[in-house]
Amino acid sequence: MEHTTPPLFRTGLTPLARLMIFALISTVLLIADARFNYLTPLRQVAGVIIYPLQRIAAAPAAMGARIADFFVTHAALRRDNLQLSSKNLELAMAAQRTAALQEENTRLRGLLGVRVHVGVPSVAAEILYAARDPFSRKVMIDRGQQGGIEAGRPVADHVGIIGQVTRVYPWLSEVTLITDKGQLVPVLNVRTGLRAVLAGTGDDGRLELRFIPLTADFQVGDRLVTSGIDGSYPPGLPVAEVTQVERNTAYLFAGITCKPLAGPSTGTQVLVLGPQPGLPERPQDKPAEPAPKKKKGKT
Amino acid sequence: MAARPMTPQELLLPVRPGFIILTLVAALLANLLPWSGWALWLVPDFVALVVLYWCIEEPRKIGFLAAWSLGLLMDIAEGSLFGQHALAYSILAYAGIALHRRVQRFSLAPQILHVIPLLLFTDLVVLLVRVLAGADFPGYAYFLGSLTGAALWPALYYLLKLPQRPRSDPDRV
Repeated sequence: MEHTTPPLFRTGLTPLARLMIFALISTVLLIADARFNYLTPLRQVAGVIIYPLQRIAAAPAAMGARIADFFVTHAALRRDNLQLSSKNLELAMAAQRTAALQEENTRLRGLLGVRVHVGVPSVAAEILYAARDPFSRKVMIDRGQQGGIEAGRPVADHVGIIGQVTRVYPWLSEVTLITDKGQLVPVLNVRTGLRAVLAGTGDDGRLELRFIPLTADFQVGDRLVTSGIDGSYPPGLPVAEVTQVERNTAYLFAGITCKPLAGPSTGTQVLVLGPQPGLPERPQDKPAEPAPKKKKGKT
Repeated sequence: MAARPMTPQELLLPVRPGFIILTLVAALLANLLPWSGWALWLVPDFVALVVLYWCIEEPRKIGFLAAWSLGLLMDIAEGSLFGQHALAYSILAYAGIALHRRVQRFSLAPQILHVIPLLLFTDLVVLLVRVLAGADFPGYAYFLGSLTGAALWPALYYLLKLPQRPRSDPDRV
């Protein structure tokens, strides 16, 4: 008869077995997230759990800013005031001119039967913090589903476009900056009217124009604004400035480097722009294509 | 072979589970602070540090489940791939639990020498996952956080031991 000694201490699985189990679950999650984007509901739940912590963590910085605001010196206020009043004068003149031009433009557009450009609705939000992830350029803002934000909305600050909402939690959303690797913005060169696609490099302060022929007219200092042909970024918002143009005949395309005009470093107040009104129907209403492409559906 | 120098061991009160939870939440909070610029590279992963500390000091009170779920929360907060921190923290917890008898015997300076490679390995796991998912190598500054984390280890060790130290005069209550 064989006796097995009863375990003196109940310890359960060995650490290695536990590690295997948790590593396996993590790997499954990773693959499900990276390849198939299955985990949105799980993200939402965990997002709600962590929300209070995110707000608490963002509080000291906000409080610090408020305290700094309180201790502004008299001289600084005077200087700001002077600057602002001269700026105001400039802007007032510009506004008068713009008003006249806009009226004229409306009339001409009416004549041409072109749809009038209308300002898009927007939601104001504040940047809570920049995500720590060194592999991507993302920030979190303090508005989410409850604030009427949807994924895919462009985000701008007072200078220009900073990025696009990529994930929405109940009270927060995640904005992928235009400098994130693989983030694309269709742009227009203000000086020449040439269209191009601006791509992020994953490097703060550096963007590149892709697939520009060597002969295309781009110069250092050219300003790029959104062209609006993608239907998600409204047209005419400043995006970047060309900082370097490299024409090497060994390559097919010119190497054009730009720097973003706006970004989380220019301020914490941002606007999440609404959908553009009166966009034409998406062309997918046409009869089905013979071979439907396997592509991430963007609604 | 010289005998191992025996460091005098102090008698400590048992740690309260509430305190462990409190420190983990505090670490999560520290990770969520809005760092920016250079600080973002230098700032250590506090959650990894505290998880490692508890895995070494109290391997029976904290386990994989805590490390793994904290990893998931970090992934949400960072907006990174779901599961990358969970995987990294699980491996860190395993390393901590497997090495706890050894590391506990050492004094602070050699402990740091154990902590550095463990934290760097955690970084490496995250790096590997991201590179497999198509990201670029962000530069060697990426590993700086682990070094500052290891430098903070003595302070962390002292702070987290504080509530366990018996009061100097037990009569005073």
